[in-house]
Amino acid sequence: MTKYYTEEHEWIAVEGKVATLGITDHAQAQLGDVVFVEVPTVGRKVKKGEETAVVESVKAASEVYSPVTGTVVAANEPLASNPITVNEDAEGAGWFCRIEMSDPAELEVLMDEAAYKAFVEGQ
Amino acid sequence: MTMNNVGRPTAPVATDAVVATSTFTGNQGLAIEEPLLFEVGRLDVSGVDIEEADTFETRLGGLARTAPVELPGLTEPEAMRHYVRLSRQNYAIDLGLYPLGSCTMKHNPRLNEAMARLPGFADVHPLQPLSTVSGAVELVAELGRWLLELTGMASVAMSPKAGAHGEMCGMAAIKAAIVDRGEARDVVLVPESAHGTNPATAAQLGFRVVSVPARADGTVDPEEVRKRLGPEVAAIMLTNPNTCGLFERDIVEIAEAVHAAGAYFYADGANFNAIVGKVRPGDLGVDAMHINLHKTFSTPHGGGGPGAGPVVLSDRLAPYAPVPFVRFDEDGAAEFVETRKAASERGLKPFGRITAFHGQMGMFVRALAYMLSHGADGLRQASEDAVLAANYVKARLQDVMTVAFPERPAMHEVLFSDRFLDGTGVTTLDFAKAMIDEGYHPMTMYFPLVVHGAMLIEPTESESKTSLDQFIGTLRHLADKARSGDADAFKAAPRLAPRRRVDETLAARQPKLVHQG
Repeated sequence: MTKYYTEEHEWIAVEGKVATLGITDHAQAQLGDVVFVEVPTVGRKVKKGEETAVVESVKAASEVYSPVTGTVVAANEPLASNPITVNEDAEGAGWFCRIEMSDPAELEVLMDEAAYKAFVEGQ
Repeated sequence: MTMNNVGRPTAPVATDAVVATSTFTGNQGLAIEEPLLFEVGRLDVSGVDIEEADTFETRLGGLARTAPVELPGLTEPEAMRHYVRLSRQNYAIDLGLYPLGSCTMKHNPRLNEAMARLPGFADVHPLQPLSTVSGAVELVAELGRWLLELTGMASVAMSPKAGAHGEMCGMAAIKAAIVDRGEARDVVLVPESAHGTNPATAAQLGFRVVSVPARADGTVDPEEVRKRLGPEVAAIMLTNPNTCGLFERDIVEIAEAVHAAGAYFYADGANFNAIVGKVRPGDLGVDAMHINLHKTFSTPHGGGGPGAGPVVLSDRLAPYAPVPFVRFDEDGAAEFVETRKAASERGLKPFGRITAFHGQMGMFVRALAYMLSHGADGLRQASEDAVLAANYVKARLQDVMTVAFPERPAMHEVLFSDRFLDGTGVTTLDFAKAMIDEGYHPMTMYFPLVVHGAMLIEPTESESKTSLDQFIGTLRHLADKARSGDADAFKAAPRLAPRRRVDETLAARQPKLVHQG
């Protein structure tokens, strides 16, 4: 499994053709207590850069963008009733959806963990 | 001499007793704990004496209600006390400086109020014949002329009832103009620093929103706009001065690029109060702009009913203004144009109707009273004073707080980031709560989103230097206190408000929207 990061603070973990999408631990800390999550429906086709999920904290509502093109093959439905999971385990149990990628080459522009860490520190 | 036989000590008696924090009643002196109306009301009490109805024949059949209507009954003094007690827990512009600024409320001159209560303005009905309200109609027309003069625009729609409603009106006019051109443009560009209502308005009208990132100096980069322009773009919605309190210097270049691409330029006029008498939006290439009368022309926000958000339009959009409106012929005679049919007979193409009637008369009277009492020079000075006050706050706080965009002069509001709190354990929210204990309503927090832990302060034009100095002194004190490592005091704030902190997270995660006994 390889994990990538975006400048919009999403992480994506890739296993074969399937990528699991979520927001980073840094992002959840910045958002504060998450109070609402909307995940995409299974079967939805998403494009790279398209709004795929919504996450709301007391402070602000944010869109989660998919860094890859593909089809949603799984969604973390329990997040809707337990948004706190995003705060507790953003890069684990707090995943949003799994996408079957149609163009894995899109991963090439993404950051690895060290690059993302440097990116966050530079902000 | 006459002896006073109930003499009493008039100086305080020295005592070591600790100041009471809890009381038998729960009241703290004159700060009275007030239950909900539903908790104090009784079903068998009424403040009015209504005569029993004569015997009558009901036509409700079996549908007549048998259980009592569970509305709280109170005597008149109970009802008065309830609302007066609640009002005492409120912070108001008439109590002190409001760093939220004109977004929420600025000073409402009492002259405006007196004018608005004149029976010829206060007691008119929208369905009265034109001949009986000619004075009121003339007032609305005069206000419209002032708005056109101050904005340099061609036409004005007076009927929208609020700023966001005005946005809807202006964007609907743009949509109608595009449909009229036989085009299908469906994208609206909105900068990251925009008011949330901008993308909401665009989406509500069926447009797709494309975001334009902010430059490092907080303004919009014309190059970023140009990159996003194309045959599918209907309009850009831009606020100037923007929500960072900065004047968009490249606005003319942006307007020209937008027009060259066949799109329209919608200006969010929320911050017009910073530039009245200095810059005319029409000269900047604006096609449509709403004006929040409460922000720029001192009407109450909402005002006991709807507010008012007139929209000024360029020549290109003027034909699409909504009905109803008042039209004057060459002799100055007025007529109501009530329907699209009547408008089209006069060569116009209104997009439709956005309100039932002609607008909010009470707000119109107040806004015109403000204009006439200040005059053109006074309006200009109000803008200058608002900008001066914000820059004074900026200059006096920049050594202890972090100005978000220090290189640029502020306009009517100044934006701080939370960088000065780094490492203190105190957040913007904690800082704001501590202001409550000091007797100030907090400023706008966590907006605009482009700045981390944003604190946006708009002192407005009406604060004296003494008042500003006291406010500045308070913030300096709090900034020093935060840096001195006293984070716990901030986490515990507010300690002196009628309520301490509420659990906003729990309230959002498990909202209980029904009162249960």
